[in-house]
Amino acid sequence: MLETAITAQAITVKKQGREILSGITCQINAGTLTGLIGPSGSGKTTLMRSIIGAQRLSGGSLQVAGLKAGSKQLRKQIGYVTQSPAIYHDLTVLQNLHYFGAIVGASKRKVTEVLEQVDLQSVARQLGSTLSGGQQARVSLAIALLGDAPVLVLDEPTVGLDPLLRRDLCGLFTQLAAQGRTLLVSSHVMDEAERCDRLLLLRSGKVLFSGAKNDLLVHTATHSVEDAFLVLIAAATTSAGSQKGQN
Amino acid sequence: MHPKLTLATMRRVLTQLLHDPRTIGLMFVVPCVLLGLLAWMYQSTPHMFDRVGPALLGIFPFVVMFLITSVATLRERSSGTLERLMALPIGKFDFILGYALAFGLLAVVQATLASEIAIHVYGMHVAGPEYLVLVVALADALLGMALGLFVSAFARTEFQAVQFLPALILPQFLLCGLLVAVDALPGFLHGVARCLPLTYAVDAMGKVSAQANIPHAAYHDILVVVAFGAAALMLGAATLRRSSR
Repeated sequence: MLETAITAQAITVKKQGREILSGITCQINAGTLTGLIGPSGSGKTTLMRSIIGAQRLSGGSLQVAGLKAGSKQLRKQIGYVTQSPAIYHDLTVLQNLHYFGAIVGASKRKVTEVLEQVDLQSVARQLGSTLSGGQQARVSLAIALLGDAPVLVLDEPTVGLDPLLRRDLCGLFTQLAAQGRTLLVSSHVMDEAERCDRLLLLRSGKVLFSGAKNDLLVHTATHSVEDAFLVLIAAATTSAGSQKGQN
Repeated sequence: MHPKLTLATMRRVLTQLLHDPRTIGLMFVVPCVLLGLLAWMYQSTPHMFDRVGPALLGIFPFVVMFLITSVATLRERSSGTLERLMALPIGKFDFILGYALAFGLLAVVQATLASEIAIHVYGMHVAGPEYLVLVVALADALLGMALGLFVSAFARTEFQAVQFLPALILPQFLLCGLLVAVDALPGFLHGVARCLPLTYAVDAMGKVSAQANIPHAAYHDILVVVAFGAAALMLGAATLRRSSR
């Protein structure tokens, strides 16, 4: 049996009276690459922030690597990339990596290695502010890779990137998962989902589907994740409608 | 707390500033020019310059550090780097002390430059030892930094952060004893002035520069300034949240 890296039990998050996540239950196995897919506003970022411990829960329980989300020990175990690149714009790429590297205890060799993985060697000595949006996103990703964290939570890391680079990064993610690391990668673009073996589909703060992509396609009798998503939404609205009818 | 991470943060903050030479230039040049202006204004009454000059030597680092720290920490909050750091194995005090060391170092350079020029070029007369002038200036800088860190938590934009200067710093300047002696203030304002840290900062500078034998009260003033700074740092640390509701 596979080890679970992330276990969510009916987690709820309310912000200013609005329910952002409504009873999310899911399991993410260690050593897998899971795509967290949903339209914008579906709660992807809030779920990710809950996993890394930056968002307090209103209800339910959330465990990461056997520890309660937000535990001090988890800070060494999770690499996190925010949606907008969280880097210092007035530092060079290398200076950014060296600072965050010092915090997670990365060696100089690790910094060089990570720089290669995200293909930024050519701009290593450029200031963050002079980089393109895609390059900044890659610096942000590189920082998350520095600590060799067993769990990686990446919020839309490939948005706006060159298709070739996107393919390379997806290859890198698959490779990291093969090394036994757990990756949760969010996207609002459905075709990104085609590259993931496992999917967690989110809509309006609820889980539409959680499991293997092949099961999803078989279950909904469709050929693409986008079609499957539509089938699931239709099914969810009819069941909600019939429940209302019973009342 | 890990001293290694405190030092790494200090180095990082200084490196950021090194990429912004104009800010550093303004920080170091503006106080020297303003003191020159003051010396010129008081050309015919040098004893007034000897009274106001040292007080301003204490006020400059206070104001500059307040501004720089509130904007710098606001940037960390809005760029997402603070949230990122708070999800990593670095202590809040490593972060805060890193900033304190970096800006404290700048404050030392600023205060040294300004006081050396004021004393040796503009002829400001300081009765006490010069190093004490620096100690007071440094205590003021730390106080400004700590207050800046604290108020940055209440500002959403850089516009708001800058508005805290007239809101929090200007009243302290008006009441600190430079314009009207604290003892000559009406009863209520006298009480208010006695609760504001800048009053003690200016009083300390006045005592250090006026008497060769430093009275104990001057050390007491310095301690009060440092205590205010430490309290503001604690409050500032409390505004660094690892998780939000």
